[in-house]
Amino acid sequence: MSITSYNGSALIAMVGKDCFAIASDRRLGVNFQTIACDFQRIFKIHDHLYIGLSGLATDVQTMHQRLNFRHKLYQLREERNMRPETFASLVSAMLYEKRFGPYFCEPIIAGLNDDGTPFICTTDLIGAKQLAKDFVVSGTASESLYGACESMYKPDLGPDELFEVISQALLASVDRDCISGWGGIVHVVTPNQVITKTLKGRMD
Amino acid sequence: MTKSNVMEVPPKGGFTFDLCRRNTMLQQQGAKLPKFRKTGTTIVGLIFKDGVILGADTRATEGEIVCDKNCEKIHYLAPNISCCGAGTAADTENVTDMVSSQLVLHRYATGRESRVVTALTMLKSHLFRYQGQVSAALVLGGVDVTGPHLHAVYPHGSTDTLPFATMGSGSLAAMSVFESRYKENLTKEEGMEIVSAAICAGIFNDLGSGSNVDLCIITKARKEYLRNYQQPNPRSYSRSKGYDFKIGHTAVLSTKITQLRQHVQVLEGDAMEEE
Repeated sequence: MSITSYNGSALIAMVGKDCFAIASDRRLGVNFQTIACDFQRIFKIHDHLYIGLSGLATDVQTMHQRLNFRHKLYQLREERNMRPETFASLVSAMLYEKRFGPYFCEPIIAGLNDDGTPFICTTDLIGAKQLAKDFVVSGTASESLYGACESMYKPDLGPDELFEVISQALLASVDRDCISGWGGIVHVVTPNQVITKTLKGRMD
Repeated sequence: MTKSNVMEVPPKGGFTFDLCRRNTMLQQQGAKLPKFRKTGTTIVGLIFKDGVILGADTRATEGEIVCDKNCEKIHYLAPNISCCGAGTAADTENVTDMVSSQLVLHRYATGRESRVVTALTMLKSHLFRYQGQVSAALVLGGVDVTGPHLHAVYPHGSTDTLPFATMGSGSLAAMSVFESRYKENLTKEEGMEIVSAAICAGIFNDLGSGSNVDLCIITKARKEYLRNYQQPNPRSYSRSKGYDFKIGHTAVLSTKITQLRQHVQVLEGDAMEEE
């Protein structure tokens, strides 16, 4: 039993035309028992920056609280929001600090730059950043997610089509993983609005 | 009641070990530590007539899965020095970033161009201090006032100074190419050809290496970074029409649209007019 498969998770972020989408499953479990179907794994840092955290649920919540704190401190000092690349470096540094006793979570960072271009990035549990131009995945269902995203992804999709693609990729992949699923939540972020939809998925 | 120290101010730097007890307890209860991202890798370096050529493949693996098909393994250390990294990806990135910052400060303090042996000593003392726990195997190359230099740095802190070097899981494949084709005083074109052939040997024969070839050519005058110099593995899967999902195809339980705050613009006249 791996520590990251104790709670189960599935996360995707995809890049579209001047927008991005980030999606996660909703199950919280303890080994094979499901405890909740509305667990929050995607957190808003500011209007144009979201972070999704997969892995051990307690570390997901701790990381979110610490990152929220650091961003608020940054806002007070700099009087502006953090840019996505800066935030990704902050996450990477916080995880590498715990190199020999790490947090068991693998984050996905997705944001819009000031000029409206989308930015996505993932890191492993000790902070090795991986930038991508198309999609990033994380969680226990990651192997299925890689396959589904590779075949379904198309570049330069608008917000509505991007929503369809990311939802189908998420639902298809979590169906092949026992410990993630039980619905889904997707945030599609454009420069002017955020569309949040909850998905109807298989509850098994 | 002891004060909770989750919300402390950011520390000054370096590693913290406060989660180690909890992680050891979890491991003793039978949970397995998740895999770190490694760079599998074939990295090489070669000294030619005018300088140094460094080469690397671009595959990053997480266990057996390829998590990045086009990552960058040639890291910047100084305007005249570069470093290829193999081993745990987080370790190679952070150790090269750290030495790069220390070299900037060193340049300000000495007022001179950085030397390759300075970078070498900073890297090897850091790695030795952590006794191989920081798993970074590096090929360090550059040109300074004393000429071109190439070094191989091992995770435990030992170094080799060589005319040609290979590291990583594909190092044997690449070394076979070097041993048969290397000679002194190569021209730039011959050097680039031999380095690409060595990386390709790693890409095609070693499972931990793959995708494209990156090159970095460092001479006294300048540094050329040729990202994706060769791409011998184009994407094989392609579905001509792709998947087309109809809008509204996915079953949705609830929708919430939040308008983000627009910036207010004052166009003409006084912002506040009394009337």
